[in-house]
Amino acid sequence: MTAMIIETEKNKWEVICGLEIHCQIVSNSKMFSGASTEYGTEPNHNVSFIDAGMPGMLPTLNEECVRQAIKTGLGLNAKINKYSEFSRKNYFYADLPQGYQITQFQYPLVGEGSLEVETEDGSRRTIGIERIHIEQDAGKSIHDLDPSMTFVDLNRAGVGLMEIVTKADFRSPEEAGEFLRKLRSIVRYLGTCDGNMDEGSMRCDVNVSVRKVGETSFRPRSEMKNVNSVRFVMQAIESEAKRHVEVYENGGTIEQETRQFDPASGTSKLMRKKEFAHDYRYFPEPDLLPLVLTDEYIDNIKKEMVELPDAKKARFINELGITAYDAMVLCENREVAEFFEKAAAGHDAKKVANWMMGDFFALLNKDGLSIHESPISAENLGKLVDLITKGVINGKTAKDVFEMMAETGESPEKIVEEKGLKQVTDTAAIEAIIDKIIADNPANVEAYRNGKTGLMGWFVGQVMKASGGKANPAVVNGLLQSRLS
Amino acid sequence: MAIDADTVRKIAFLSRLKVDDDKIEDTKDEFNKILTWVEELNEVDTDGVEPLVSVNQTNLTMRKDVVTEGNQPEAILANAPLQEYGYFAVPKVIE
Repeated sequence: MTAMIIETEKNKWEVICGLEIHCQIVSNSKMFSGASTEYGTEPNHNVSFIDAGMPGMLPTLNEECVRQAIKTGLGLNAKINKYSEFSRKNYFYADLPQGYQITQFQYPLVGEGSLEVETEDGSRRTIGIERIHIEQDAGKSIHDLDPSMTFVDLNRAGVGLMEIVTKADFRSPEEAGEFLRKLRSIVRYLGTCDGNMDEGSMRCDVNVSVRKVGETSFRPRSEMKNVNSVRFVMQAIESEAKRHVEVYENGGTIEQETRQFDPASGTSKLMRKKEFAHDYRYFPEPDLLPLVLTDEYIDNIKKEMVELPDAKKARFINELGITAYDAMVLCENREVAEFFEKAAAGHDAKKVANWMMGDFFALLNKDGLSIHESPISAENLGKLVDLITKGVINGKTAKDVFEMMAETGESPEKIVEEKGLKQVTDTAAIEAIIDKIIADNPANVEAYRNGKTGLMGWFVGQVMKASGGKANPAVVNGLLQSRLS
Repeated sequence: MAIDADTVRKIAFLSRLKVDDDKIEDTKDEFNKILTWVEELNEVDTDGVEPLVSVNQTNLTMRKDVVTEGNQPEAILANAPLQEYGYFAVPKVIE
């Protein structure tokens, strides 16, 4: 994976980037209260007195949030810390009723890890994970319902978050984009976060700086908050890096600051200077004891781990013999991978993969269906491939059978049987057709024998047509060759 | 550690507390008295000792992931100076 280098007349600049990703934890209830986490409920219905910051209310930790964060940590090859602590991060904002966020500061639940990313050219790089800590989400401010007021909904206040912090290891927008896609795939496999960036259940802060090629220390960075799609993250890195270079080349300096990326213009604007607004006055959370876990507790979670995309991909390539590209596409989504595996069981996996990547995905896309809604079951797709492999139907007929399967949901054997679509491999029957075509088209036979061999395709077409598409093309070819020469 | 008048103003701002100008000096002195008192603890040698978060020796107990509360918007909004359409209504927040 090649680093992004910005070349100017005088210099070559290297792009440096790190990400902080907030993932909403999948759980029934909030991190420190028994209120529901359900999305899209009436305002202020999923709120307990704890979430509303009422005096005297004490938080109690939801075990599921801890388990989910540990699972995510294990999925990122990270060290799970048996000792962690909660801290208060103090800031003043209308949708933060307590006036502080319960988070982890000095002792996070998950320590260093890593994730390997691979880009289209097949090259790989390992991105370091700095830490994952767990914390509570804030409420939601709605600014556009009233000209003079902001409305606050606390349904989201207190929902569990995992903040995944990477090292400043990205050297191009592509690497960051690949990392996010892969991370999203992993949390979805694990069921620890639904990964929907457009609904805000996965939000990304992007830190960008540049340095001249050869420099070893980092220059000041700017941070862009809440960039909400993979594409925008990539755009934000590129445009911000270019802005830094321009500032430096014009003799200016970059200060550490927080900016807002605007996808419409593809540029960022200043939000606040970091040193002042970020005086969070962290201190240990007095309402919660340190979180102490045992090896046994962590080992039990390890046992629940599902096969992750990379391992599945490797197994599909090595054991099922499909191509690396097919394996990558099929493994991005766990349900798709499971569908494929079921369809391929006992059949020609490579052909099943071809059908899935081609006609099957096209069918789902056309009707806007998810894999669960597929009218064709995994078993039936496998059977269809079997009918082709065993020579019961030919490739062209298979396309028609596939269409009928999509319409009716029937099994391919039943459709082939009822519609009489079995391929004709019976040499005598095909020979009879060939004889008739040769007799009816003496001019073309003459032309072929005089060297116009391109006519072979025409003859094959005629025989196939006369057989109603059911003749085995290989048999037809062989017989025609011998009869015409 | 000594607190000066500017630090008092900064902390007041971060906490959204209004401290009148004629109270700044007094507040500063109070801060310093408290800090001086706490600084007596510096006499104890804590080299190589991890900070103590809690004197409680029990472990943190965790809750099962079950929904037990909610559906009480009236109670949640009861103390709100202003509410609209079921939301807390606050003066426009501009980033």
